[in-house]
Amino acid sequence: MGILEVKGVGKRFGGLQALSDVNLSVAENSVHAIIGPNGAGKSTLLNCFVGKLIPDTGSVMFNGQSVLGRKPHEINQMGISRVFQTPEIFGDLTVMENVMISCFAHRDGAFRIHPFETVAHEADIIEQAETMLSDVNMLDKREMHAASMSRGDKRRLEMAMCLAQEPKLLLLDEPTAGMARADTNNTIALLKEIKEKRDITMAIIEHDMHVVFSLAERITVLAQGTPLVEDTPENIKGHPKVKEAYLGESV
Amino acid sequence: MKFLGLSAKDTRFLLIVILLTLATPIILQPFPEGSGLATFNAGYPDLMQRFAIFGIFAIGFNILFGLTGYLSFGHAAFLGIGSYTVVWMYKLLDYNVIWGLPLAVVTSGLFALLIGYISLRRSGIYFSILTLAFAQMSYNLAYSVLTPITNGETGLQVYSNDPQVLISEGETSPHFFGIVMNESAKLNLGDWQFTFNNGYYFTAIIAIVVFYISLRIFRSPFGLMLRAIKTNQTRLNYTGINTRPYTLAAFVISGMYAGLAGGLMAAMDPLAGAERMQWTASGEVVLMTILGGAGTLMGPILGAGFIKYFENIFSKINDQVLHGWFEWMPDGLEDFIIGLSHFFVGKSWHLTLGLLFMLVVIFLPGGLVEGGTRIWHAIRRDRKPKGPDPEHHPEHIPHVAEKEEF
Amino acid sequence: MDAIILQILNGLDKGSAYALIALGLTLIFGTLGVVNFAHGALFMIGAFVAVSVQRLLSLSFEQIDSTKTDFLGNPLKVKVPYVESWFGPEVGATIIDWSVPLAIIVAIPVMLLVGFVMERGLIKHFYKRPHADQILVTFGLAIVLQELVKYFFGANPIQTPAPDAFTGSFDFGAMIGFDPNVIIYPYWRLVYFGFAAVVIGAVFAFLQFTTFGMVVRAGMADRETVGLLGINIDRRFTIMFGIAAAVAGIAGVMYAPILSPNYHMGMDFLVLSFVVVVVGGMGSLPGAVAAGFLLGILQSFASMNEVKSVIPGIDQVIIYLVAIIILLTRPRGLMGRAGVMEE
Repeated sequence: MGILEVKGVGKRFGGLQALSDVNLSVAENSVHAIIGPNGAGKSTLLNCFVGKLIPDTGSVMFNGQSVLGRKPHEINQMGISRVFQTPEIFGDLTVMENVMISCFAHRDGAFRIHPFETVAHEADIIEQAETMLSDVNMLDKREMHAASMSRGDKRRLEMAMCLAQEPKLLLLDEPTAGMARADTNNTIALLKEIKEKRDITMAIIEHDMHVVFSLAERITVLAQGTPLVEDTPENIKGHPKVKEAYLGESV
Repeated sequence: MKFLGLSAKDTRFLLIVILLTLATPIILQPFPEGSGLATFNAGYPDLMQRFAIFGIFAIGFNILFGLTGYLSFGHAAFLGIGSYTVVWMYKLLDYNVIWGLPLAVVTSGLFALLIGYISLRRSGIYFSILTLAFAQMSYNLAYSVLTPITNGETGLQVYSNDPQVLISEGETSPHFFGIVMNESAKLNLGDWQFTFNNGYYFTAIIAIVVFYISLRIFRSPFGLMLRAIKTNQTRLNYTGINTRPYTLAAFVISGMYAGLAGGLMAAMDPLAGAERMQWTASGEVVLMTILGGAGTLMGPILGAGFIKYFENIFSKINDQVLHGWFEWMPDGLEDFIIGLSHFFVGKSWHLTLGLLFMLVVIFLPGGLVEGGTRIWHAIRRDRKPKGPDPEHHPEHIPHVAEKEEF
Repeated sequence: MDAIILQILNGLDKGSAYALIALGLTLIFGTLGVVNFAHGALFMIGAFVAVSVQRLLSLSFEQIDSTKTDFLGNPLKVKVPYVESWFGPEVGATIIDWSVPLAIIVAIPVMLLVGFVMERGLIKHFYKRPHADQILVTFGLAIVLQELVKYFFGANPIQTPAPDAFTGSFDFGAMIGFDPNVIIYPYWRLVYFGFAAVVIGAVFAFLQFTTFGMVVRAGMADRETVGLLGINIDRRFTIMFGIAAAVAGIAGVMYAPILSPNYHMGMDFLVLSFVVVVVGGMGSLPGAVAAGFLLGILQSFASMNEVKSVIPGIDQVIIYLVAIIILLTRPRGLMGRAGVMEE
């Protein structure tokens, strides 16, 4: 029984069947990659996990509970964090404030009115946020305005924000999209380090095969909205169906 | 020095605000009576009360707009509700403001809860239009079918046949346990005259208290969440935060501030009219906040003071005053200057106000506070020419506008 | 039935004005991405162009009429408008009588010029600024324009009559088989409605059938891509701003006989027009027009005594109430696109 169980998920947009009969099981503490050509439905599937979309059919169970019909913030509170394709951070705030918001959300839940506490007096939160920042080597940038940083730094900040919530499952939507090779390698190293330090499950949507084969323990290949095969990286590499799906796209 | 849970810096800041507020009757009276510049004095009770009341209104509005970025165009409705509540308490009980003011905060809070609950289902301009619609509805109803409650165009006031069950002998105007609002002490020092008005000090002390509350909100985790809502709601949702109750709380708090301000208007002058709820009044508080600097602590207060000062001073400059100023000029030039001035002063002072808005928005997008900060940095850089300023971040900080996409 | 027809007719002229202002607002918002709070002032300026033209045409000089004498027996001085002395009394009088429609000829170039100057001089610098800044600066401009008009024309409304030919009312009921004098409708309002229909039709045809319009529509949908195609979109948008100003201006000219122009009429119409734009859906031209007429007609229905006696005060709130209901049930208004002005 995996931490994330997807059964018979289908989603239709007007005349387009984006997903049909998707079955997927992500094992606890594994790194699971979902790959596929453009338009295969990878992002649609991810959006079904986080509450942005509700599938027409099927079920999505996380840790034994259904996520369907729950709002994004409720699903996040269940233990699913998400890294976006373009880093989503609080641009007008400082790096430290960005991470502290995650720490508050983790400690206080979805809503707590606390107008007479003072951020500067929250020693635990500050310490926790500093630890997170040092984990991603950003402690020296703590007072920086988040919007003014490079894309790579924004990505690292976003990861720190996600990790501060101590999620059980981390969803990564093309974490290296638009990055140079050196940045991509740094990101791979960072993700490996994160994985080593804690018990965390990762599900990665990725285009870059280099990233996928460096990280993933299991790979699901999606084509035209339905899973083609699911196997280990070694077996996927030479799989004829996968070649066909990718070649079919490039023709 | 730390005080009431504030950092040393904030304590200093609060003390300066308290000092300035209490000394306002002196500070705003820099020119001797009878001199040509006496027109620019602003130390008379009516105007100072308005500074404090609109300051409260703008401080509250800033908690919603400055922190969360939700631009309400209907906050005047709460102003009106506050005024009506206080006048009704005069009519039913007596002139002591202690009954009306807390009730004004409660009723406006309840209305804000209802209006906010519905309006906050939408964001951006749709939210603005929803709040505008609610306020205009309140305004139109106050003039028409709600006349039994609001007394329509005449405005709500106390009549001799009102019950006033707690009234005592000789009680004819609003007071706070016997401290009568419209009474003042006058102090003459040479040519200078200072007026210390009970009503002003009453509103000023309330203003200081609510400023302190807003300072605490700014520094709290709640305030941090509100600022996060302004910059990226998507990320906040995917960080496990339910944004709706946060925005609703901010809306209700700012509605209560507006109700308090409206109540204080009626505490200074026992009248309440529907025009207080019109959209122009809502627009005014938006302008005050933006002009001063939205999202900053002092901005709304500066903006409120600035607009109210110009409204009063510029509108009372007439031909006589102008002649007084320019009589040293040759006649032709004097007439020309006075003719030109007609565009900007007296009845046309709105023109000056409009031009000032445009100039501030064009050249100081962050409002007066940004202007002040720039001057401050310029002075400090002059003083310490070598080495980077440790407190000043040299990184390029993109202006909010650079992220705007159309 | 007759009452319903009467109310629909009554709603048309107000709806026409809303629709014309909202159309211009939407053009500016859709093309330039600017929230223009000075748009109501353009409507107001148009109305005062009508006032000015009427005054200019009525400019007179004094002439001694030797055929008449005043009560002291001296020759009578009479005022003769210049136009009458130039073109003869009859033609001259007709010209003065028709000054409001004639003002359109003056208003179009004047408003285009005002629009160009406004866009090049001010609005251009605010394309990339937050909406709050745009609102504030155009609001400031609106105040300035309003105060200037107040300075030169005074604070009181100025009666600006329509041509004599249109002063009567049209018995619409008799024409379609009701009793006479049941459904009567002032001619000028009928003219206004027809005029609005023509202007709206012209704007749509212009956008639909000309290359210029096609580029502008493409720009409204995706400004960046059109820019990438090497088309100078900015210049076209300047012209669009001028056109929107002209539409608001001539709407104001023609409205002058219905509502005596006063300096704050622009602001009064602006607030309602904004509600109209949002109800129609930000950036949707058909939405703006449909919402304008819808709200205009609903407002006149709510003013019927039969309705008011059932729901007291409904006439005061109907527009706002409808706006709230539409925005809550249709998040982006009647015909709005997703993602416009949401954050």
